[in-house]
Amino acid sequence: MTMSKDKLTPKERLKIPRQPMPQQPVKERIKNFKEVPLGFQPEQAIREAQRCLQCKNPTCIKGCPVLIDIPYFIGLIAEGKFIEAVKKIKETNSLPAICGRVCPQENQCEKYCVLAKGGSPVAIGRLERFVADYERSRGEVEIPVIQSPKHKRIAVVGAGPAGLTVAGDLAKLGYEVTIFEALHKPGGVLVYGIPEFRLPKAIVEAEIDYLKAMGVKIELDCVVGKTYTVSEMFKDKYSAVFIGTGAGYPSFQNIPGENLCGILSANEFLTRSNLMKAYLFPKYATPLPRAKRVGVIGAGNVAMDSARTAVRLGAEETFIIYRRSRQEMPARIEEIERAEEEGVKFYLLTNPVQYIGDEKGWVKEAVCIKMRLGEPDASGRAKPIPVEGSEFTIPLDLVVVAIGTRANPIVPATTPGLKVNKWGYIEVNPQTMATSLPGIYAGGDIVTGSATVIEAMGAGKIAAFSIDKYLSNI
Amino acid sequence: MGGNRDMFKILAKKELGPKIYWMKVEAARIAQKRRPGQFIIIRSDEYAERIPLTIYKSNPKEGTIEFIFYVFGQSTAKLATFQAGDYIMDVIGPLGKPTEISLFGTVICVGGGAGIPLIYPIARALKEVGNKVISIIGARTRNLLILEEEIRSVSDEVRITTDDGSYVRKGFVTDVLKEMLESGENIDFVLTVGPVPMMSAVAEITRPYNIKTIASLNPIMVDGTGMCGACRVTVGGKTCYGCIEGPEFDAHLVDFKELAARNSTYKEQEKLSYELFLKQQSTSGGKNDNE
Repeated sequence: MTMSKDKLTPKERLKIPRQPMPQQPVKERIKNFKEVPLGFQPEQAIREAQRCLQCKNPTCIKGCPVLIDIPYFIGLIAEGKFIEAVKKIKETNSLPAICGRVCPQENQCEKYCVLAKGGSPVAIGRLERFVADYERSRGEVEIPVIQSPKHKRIAVVGAGPAGLTVAGDLAKLGYEVTIFEALHKPGGVLVYGIPEFRLPKAIVEAEIDYLKAMGVKIELDCVVGKTYTVSEMFKDKYSAVFIGTGAGYPSFQNIPGENLCGILSANEFLTRSNLMKAYLFPKYATPLPRAKRVGVIGAGNVAMDSARTAVRLGAEETFIIYRRSRQEMPARIEEIERAEEEGVKFYLLTNPVQYIGDEKGWVKEAVCIKMRLGEPDASGRAKPIPVEGSEFTIPLDLVVVAIGTRANPIVPATTPGLKVNKWGYIEVNPQTMATSLPGIYAGGDIVTGSATVIEAMGAGKIAAFSIDKYLSNI
Repeated sequence: MGGNRDMFKILAKKELGPKIYWMKVEAARIAQKRRPGQFIIIRSDEYAERIPLTIYKSNPKEGTIEFIFYVFGQSTAKLATFQAGDYIMDVIGPLGKPTEISLFGTVICVGGGAGIPLIYPIARALKEVGNKVISIIGARTRNLLILEEEIRSVSDEVRITTDDGSYVRKGFVTDVLKEMLESGENIDFVLTVGPVPMMSAVAEITRPYNIKTIASLNPIMVDGTGMCGACRVTVGGKTCYGCIEGPEFDAHLVDFKELAARNSTYKEQEKLSYELFLKQQSTSGGKNDNE
């Protein structure tokens, strides 16, 4: 690698502070759904890229589920070669504008950056985002070289992060790929789950247009298992099928009063707001309850997204109610901080045990119990234990339950012989993503349960590789 | 828009009664798959809600489905502005579990108001396997009572009620059901579809007789595939998802009071949305302006 224009010494590099990300001021952003972080300017990106020490044995790469050559692309940014940098990323990750925004970098690449020890790793995610946005805003998105047609058809079930990755990788190899999507828009959680203020839908659309330009077909409104089945795909001359149906079945606590009006799963709350654009009601006809005091149960990214959506929809007070302590919150630190900045309040070590409704069957309060932390449980986190006699009530008129999802049964139930585990998730060989049935692969949340976008994409990459290998051998 | 969409062409449309419409739509895959009791989700255009509608008929050879809807609010009013030749943006299905069709003996299908269209395919399937089918259908008033001839053609016996007595018998479908059971008729199975209070009343009438009774429920839905849980219903103390575990459940176990409450969740917004739509319609001269 040549770094001709960038001749800083390591000492000089170490002196550059981590570049702050410009963002919408809190007072403004809580009144709109526009993206909160505004992105680096080119000078800032170069400055940030210059902080990279270009380690001989880079540790950051091992933190990336899709193994992007991080120092290489950052080196190109330091030289001002932004387009070359994004091309480098796209060799391994076809959705950089999305990953740069929603990956939990602090637990992945940035965690392993040598500068992380000093508390401020190189802002790898922000740099990834910068070059992807730079390319898109200049209209310079180049369609990659597609290998000669293989004349083999691949069916992908679900147009979420896993499915989009499989489709992109296999299209590049010359396969004819069709994605079947149950909803009326492609993108999966990227369109129904993650709000506009964290991931603008125009970016998802651009990434999908990129796949379509590579020859990927997307058939919407097709509920695989109902409209069309996996077995029929093979009859219709698809040589392999990838199942990436996602986090399709929300969990509830199963406590008394949970079916009162005004208690929604996070999937419903976010789908109404994001996919159906209820935040633009009545221009868009799908409604959401108008609420003054909103309680969000759970403390993952989905919970933060829900709480911050509630703030923007005009709630006077929004609470995160979480049974463990702050340290155990699964959400990204950045998202927790932003939620706090936006006025979200936290009831920690608190768990709802019952909901009380008014005479019309609408929720009016949550009866909660205080928790204390015990020994670590199966998840490795301290087990929350109820404190006897500590019940208290929180008045609420809307509750969003964001405690995770379970496996959606539609595809397994209609695919005879497809092995699932005791929770209904599809069993795969983790090295290949192959299921119990020949030619059928699976990945993403329908295999692992609720996880991240990039983990689903990582699974998609492995599956695409295995599908190609499988089809080359038959 | 991103993604290829087979738009769903409306081949024919008829007004069956005041604000009651029948449509035949091209939807080849759904037509192949659909079985009695199943439903579709429709999103008429970019701004519309996703609403569940029961499937009245399907014609696999033609690749078409037929459905009937009553104008209740903004979404159905908008759909009613669509004409033959127009395209519906999204039609998704067939969703939900089909009706369990077996030889029970003598069965009664009780349909009220907007529930009547679903009686047709279910009665037909029940009759085809050899059941004696008695259909009881009712509406508020004569011109709201639809499909009488069609339901006669698939039933051994049809009883009709109107709330105001404007046609056949004055009263409710439940009055007829009650009398039949009280008169000692041997009934093996009852299926009911219609307004929540009616289905609830049917369940209470058959309960003392221990007759297996199934209700086809109409909870609020968004995706219709188990993803959102808007359609939660309590059945036998357990939470079920209406869209994938239903829409049919054991009527003796359904918490109808909860269902009625949940169905009123968006009453206020639905009213606002409908009023706004009517206002826009009157200013645009009722012109169909779906893009």
